[in-house]
Amino acid sequence: MKILGKITILLCGSLLLFFTSDFPDFGDANSPASLHLSPYFIEHTLEDTAVPNVVTSVLADYRGYDTMFETTVILTAGLACFLLLRIPKRAVKNRYYLHEPTGVTLRFEGDKYPQESDVFKRIDSSWVPYDIIINFTCRLLIHFIQIFALYVVAHGHHSPGGGFQGGVVLGASVILFAISGNLRAAIKRFGEKTAALFSATGVFIYAGTAALCMVLGENFIDYAALAPILGSDRIMARSHGIFIVEIGVAVAVMAVMIWIYYNLSSAGKQDEGL
Amino acid sequence: MEQMLSFIAAKANYWTYVILLMVGLYAMIVKNNLVKKIVGMVIFQTAIILFYVSMGYKQGGTIPIVMHDEAHHGATSAAIKAIDYINPLPHVLMLTAIVVGVATLGVALSLAMKIYQEYGSLEEDEINEKLRNI
Repeated sequence: MKILGKITILLCGSLLLFFTSDFPDFGDANSPASLHLSPYFIEHTLEDTAVPNVVTSVLADYRGYDTMFETTVILTAGLACFLLLRIPKRAVKNRYYLHEPTGVTLRFEGDKYPQESDVFKRIDSSWVPYDIIINFTCRLLIHFIQIFALYVVAHGHHSPGGGFQGGVVLGASVILFAISGNLRAAIKRFGEKTAALFSATGVFIYAGTAALCMVLGENFIDYAALAPILGSDRIMARSHGIFIVEIGVAVAVMAVMIWIYYNLSSAGKQDEGL
Repeated sequence: MEQMLSFIAAKANYWTYVILLMVGLYAMIVKNNLVKKIVGMVIFQTAIILFYVSMGYKQGGTIPIVMHDEAHHGATSAAIKAIDYINPLPHVLMLTAIVVGVATLGVALSLAMKIYQEYGSLEEDEINEKLRNI
């Protein structure tokens, strides 16, 4: 099996290496990929959409269908993770509790366990004491990460950025919180139902904006139809429409990343995580 | 000598992509462990992303964001030259591909986790052994 695999890889690789000589040179401005559509996008993005960042205008306007269904793919992936892994809450075998004033840890077996309070805290079975540096640093950083994520989403028209990147950074901030503290604290702040609702809402914002354009008498995903609602001319309406859609993408991506993390890190129990 | 160097500089990006692609494919075909197969799949994806992004590069081109002064003073298509900006299309395609890659990686990992819960192993031959004995 191993030898067969190696022979296949060598044959396949040498064939690919041989045919690279037919490919256009690195940095060639006249390569076929750069000749047909992309000059149009670069030269007309300001006339058509008033967005200087060509990547954003292509992503949400010229190739809007592609992005819409990519968002749907992400939602489907989140749903698939949920359906594969999630098991309803049931009594965990052992629960560990920490009594803070004395520093005593207690283990409870079975269904009986005490009420959680400020001095009597539930801890993970893999809990390690004295993680004050990690906790403090992460708590300090999370605000800045989230503000940066909002900047990336909002400034996607003029600088590298947009819904996908900003959404991932937002999701990462919540995941960082879950890693530095524990999973239950993160779920208390951003629950599983919220994650599910947000991921569906993001796709709905995208598809809804696109469908609204059709209702207002233009093509699907032609944001120019939103001009009377937004109170701007048709070109600026496309720019604003792209922004609305990017927010939808960011919400969906953030929620799905957090949702997948919750299910993966706790093997679907959402009780004790990493 | 100079000719050979320029040939290497012109094609090195494709060679890198082919080597990475083969590393990923090798892990996917030969490795016994399911997590190692998934790692191979991610390397494979990365190779494709590298290939696309390197195709969009133009010598002397800048990032595909129209310059600020051009954006404000009489924006006409005549003033903006496509040759000054690298190709935005591969960037758009790979931007979505990266995020979708992460999401599908989550699905792959949860499938592996489910298999581990069911068969108590991630090694392919052990899983096959258990499947035969059922």
